[in-house]
Amino acid sequence: MNTDPSILSIENLSIAYDKDKLAVKNVSATIKKNAITAIMGPSGCGKTTLLRAINRMHELYPNISTEGKIKLYDENIYDMSTIKLRRKVGMVFQRPNPFPTLSIYENVIAGYKLNGINLKRSERDEIVETSLKNVALWEEVKNSLHKKGNFLSGGQQQRLCIARTLAFKPDVILLDEPTSALDPIATAKIEDLLVDLKQNYTIVLVTHNMTQAARISDNSMYMYLGELIEYDETTQIFTNPKHTSTQNYITGRFG
Amino acid sequence: MDKTNILLDKKRTEIIPDSFIGRNARNRLFLGVVIFFSVLTISMVFLIIGTMLFKGYHQINWAFFSQTPPNTFEAMMAKSSGNIIPGGIVNGILGSLYLVVIASLIAIPLGLLIGIYLYENSSKKYAGVIRDITDILQGVPSIVIGLIVYLWVVVNVTKGYSVLAGSVALALMMLPLIIRSTEESLKMIPDTLKEAAIALGTPYYKVILRVLIPTSFTGLMTGILLAISRILGETAPLMLTTLGNPAINWNITKPVGAVPLLIWQFYNDPNMVDLIWSSSLFLMGFVLILNLLSKWIGARRRI
Ligand SMILES: Nc1ncnc2c1ncn2[C@@H]1O[C@H](COP(=O)(O)OP(=O)(O)OP(=O)(O)O)[C@@H](O)[C@H]1O
Ligand SMILES: [Mg+2]
Repeated sequence: MNTDPSILSIENLSIAYDKDKLAVKNVSATIKKNAITAIMGPSGCGKTTLLRAINRMHELYPNISTEGKIKLYDENIYDMSTIKLRRKVGMVFQRPNPFPTLSIYENVIAGYKLNGINLKRSERDEIVETSLKNVALWEEVKNSLHKKGNFLSGGQQQRLCIARTLAFKPDVILLDEPTSALDPIATAKIEDLLVDLKQNYTIVLVTHNMTQAARISDNSMYMYLGELIEYDETTQIFTNPKHTSTQNYITGRFG
Repeated sequence: MDKTNILLDKKRTEIIPDSFIGRNARNRLFLGVVIFFSVLTISMVFLIIGTMLFKGYHQINWAFFSQTPPNTFEAMMAKSSGNIIPGGIVNGILGSLYLVVIASLIAIPLGLLIGIYLYENSSKKYAGVIRDITDILQGVPSIVIGLIVYLWVVVNVTKGYSVLAGSVALALMMLPLIIRSTEESLKMIPDTLKEAAIALGTPYYKVILRVLIPTSFTGLMTGILLAISRILGETAPLMLTTLGNPAINWNITKPVGAVPLLIWQFYNDPNMVDLIWSSSLFLMGFVLILNLLSKWIGARRRI
């Protein structure tokens, strides 16, 4: 594995929705800064749970219990306030979910609005413009910034959601199957975008699509039944997996 | 079964006509019955509206909206000389508005809060109990609500018939409607929207105030307007709580007039019959406008 500096380190993380059934089993891993890390594995293996644990969104489920640590730089995220954590670790969801009552402009700065952070008009304009340019949506929407976003296509809406996450200038962006609701062209655009974004952000991506992981990720995790079976550079995982389970998965024998 | 057999069977049913009357005839009969009852229902509605318009329109004038009702002698004199009945129902209109506003001030915040609580804790046992109580409250006959509020408020709080008592009774009738519509419209919001806000580090109370409520605003408004139009015509509980008042009154601890109460009063006075129709017309027009408004808002619902 390469030696770039790491940003997140997951230490002996176990998560259970109900007391006895572990959804994530004793996972330890460090995530590299300015890289794309893909999490793969068959349905129900705990990818979403692990991803959501990184910005503590998993705590929305009432009976969940978590053991272990995740360190962001050197701070345990379970000792931070969720509000502070979620500003540093943003999240993009499977289905595009722009706020339907807000305009495109307001959607991009929704994080500031919802947190009651007042910005000067010029600052706001700048954040909106750079965020939308970052997701290659600016040219398409610059003349309808103050319209509601519901006329946008699914792919455009998903890019708007990424822009909304970027606007907060997070360190890490978590994406849970962000292209599974999109057509191939929109998917390709998002993939290109993620590759561009890794210069400035650390990206963790859950994907069901192995070719997607192979195309854009630097490192890949393979999970099975809650365990992290294998974690390595993506080329390594796809060309020379160490575990038969990984091999079976990437050759499409199950999953 | 053999494929050709099925094909043959199909042909046979097409060739051989249905037993008694032909299929076409049966279809036509069914259509006829449907049309007959639709026309019957529609004509009932038009008959009601038509009757009120026909019998009520000539009493609708400026005085109708700006003056209190005449006494029975004045009405009799006007009728015997072939004039329309003087005066109007301003005390009832203002009283009804007063009651609705106070009832709304009680029922809307409470209903929204309870609705939000039910939505947030939908699986908890306590929420189930509240939901059952809400259903029971919705089923309580309005006259019984009137009686209860008479005991609580008229006897114990305002020591007499009052706006407050009437508003409490109406609020109790609005409450279950608002609670239910709040919970239902919040449930229609996809969870992903809530998560989007939470993932931006938004504190939870702000997620409710700035995302959930604005997103379900049309649904909430529809529920509120329907609840109001539902109570506007209530008469029985008001008889036991606000009594009625021939003059305009703004004192919350004193009785007040209301349009449905006036209709009942006019009904009991042979000289005032004409005012029944114009008052009914007014009431129905008002309810109709509220209903259309809530439909219009509902049609603009997003997501
Ligand atoms: N809300 C929940 N309550 C109880 N158990 C859950 C809940 N969500 C997930 N689980 C369980 O936790 C395990 C991991 O689920 P998770 O959603 O993390 O899997 P996943 O890898 O993301 O699957 P998929 O590829 O289908 O999205 C599964 O066994 C699942 O049944
Ligand atoms: Mg998942």
